[in-house]
Amino acid sequence: MENVIGRHKNLANLVVLLVVLFLQVLGLAIQVKRPTDAGSARLIQVWSVSAMTPFMKAVVHSQQWFSNTWHGYFDLRRVRGENRTLRDELALMRVEQVRLMEDANQARRLQLLLGFKEKYISQTLAAQVISTTGSEFSRGIYIDKGAHDGVKQDMPVIMPEGILGKILRVYPNTSLVLEISDASSGIGVILERSRLQGILKGDPTGTGELQLNYIMSDERVEAGERVLTSGGDRIFPKGLPVGVVTEVAPGTDRTFLKIRVKPAAQLSRAEEVLVITKVEDRSPQLADNNQPVRAVDILAGRLPTVTPPAKDAAVPDDKPKAAVTGGTPATGVTPKAKPATGQENSGTGAVQSRPKPATGAPPATPRPNPDAATPGASAAPANPSKAVAEQANTDEPTAKDSPR
Amino acid sequence: MQITYSREERIEVYHFSLWVTVLVPLFALVLQAFLPIRLHFFSIFDLPLLVTIFFAVARRSQISGLMTGAIIGLLQDSLTHQPLGVYGISKSVVGYAASSVGAKIDVENPGSRLLLTFCFYILHQLIFFAVARGLVGTNLQWIWMHEIRGAIANSIVAVVLFYVLDRFKHQ
Repeated sequence: MENVIGRHKNLANLVVLLVVLFLQVLGLAIQVKRPTDAGSARLIQVWSVSAMTPFMKAVVHSQQWFSNTWHGYFDLRRVRGENRTLRDELALMRVEQVRLMEDANQARRLQLLLGFKEKYISQTLAAQVISTTGSEFSRGIYIDKGAHDGVKQDMPVIMPEGILGKILRVYPNTSLVLEISDASSGIGVILERSRLQGILKGDPTGTGELQLNYIMSDERVEAGERVLTSGGDRIFPKGLPVGVVTEVAPGTDRTFLKIRVKPAAQLSRAEEVLVITKVEDRSPQLADNNQPVRAVDILAGRLPTVTPPAKDAAVPDDKPKAAVTGGTPATGVTPKAKPATGQENSGTGAVQSRPKPATGAPPATPRPNPDAATPGASAAPANPSKAVAEQANTDEPTAKDSPR
Repeated sequence: MQITYSREERIEVYHFSLWVTVLVPLFALVLQAFLPIRLHFFSIFDLPLLVTIFFAVARRSQISGLMTGAIIGLLQDSLTHQPLGVYGISKSVVGYAASSVGAKIDVENPGSRLLLTFCFYILHQLIFFAVARGLVGTNLQWIWMHEIRGAIANSIVAVVLFYVLDRFKHQ
């Protein structure tokens, strides 16, 4: 009799198991078929994250407080020696800075000529890592900033050494960051030397390494080459460090190379990160107080040898523009590159008295450039400001349609 | 060494207070999410799985083990970016199996606990991979060496953890 009851009980338990499994499989199928809206989370996720994050925040912040106290009051012995070392480093950096600045300015002038638009990081938000997802197969971290702090889905997250990932899910006070090493992650990258573009994905074995895909097997890629963001994914601004190529081997299908990349940022050791909350498309400019300025431009402005190319826009159409831009043939693009600075009518004299550009090229005679590819670049318009606006409108979709 | 129960031996069924039932799994989940920030090797452990196995074998009730596994698994899923249910299904099966096994063999000695945890870890990972690849469509790859390493590490931790959690048992 006991055996019969026991058998029925086991059968009933088995039925319950099957029902529970069936419900979960059904739930999975629905989620796979109909994922939630971008950035939104299911109720159970909101509850569990909201329940756990206060505890984690408290632990992380108190640990940080103790750490700061220790470093602030008890660890001052090393400061003097460190200060001396840093001063020496600073002196070396200043020398290096002058050299790099010349290169940067030359590049900026060429970009101006091409009507090139760069993505500038104009606003960032510092955040503290409070926990991980707790799974080897879901490489993500939680940060202590959420929707209330202005964080939105797909915002890039970076560290000083390189990129970390992007915001995947936003909660009121926290956010889930998907690391670039996750198998489901994918970002557009470019190899620094060879300029080959590919897609970087996380290793599906869950080891945390990265794989660079879609580089043809007949291309030459060497270990040690740096990998940068290409901007093609329209999430990460172009030029941010991603990692270094560690291994190149022929792929299994012999069509593409199998390239392994070591992340530039130590993903597993992230403690403080920066969320890029605002990226702007801007034409490169050297001096503009009303808009965000890159660090290199600020440094450039402090050195006496730097010429202010901001006056480029002020050159009237009948002036020799090529003289301003270092001997490059006048294309008519030059006035457009300096819009809305209010200097169009005031800087002519400055331009004329400007020293010879660093490139050392002789001034060119003003003439229309038959090779100019940019619309509106072949003829200098009567109203430069209007032309600038037209150029911006023309360029906007071009920038957005950048190759993925 | 005899590890199965004879007909004459009575199977001991344990109970836990409500606080222990709720707080221990939650604490395991919090530790699992928090510790890898500072202790990077910790991601190889699966504390929620160990807690599931412990409660399942101690209660020796299949329904209880199943529900414990399902709830802990779903909570673990909610912290990841995967669809809910991947860990849920794996831990439901492990909870059910662990309670079934717990009713048949002696799970009080460290040797059997080590062996049990090793087997259940591998079972959990197999189901997890099957669900993740077959139902969700991820491209995760199985590496035997990594899984064996994980199983050994979790088994060793389980022996210590179960010893600590034994203090909360009520007969």
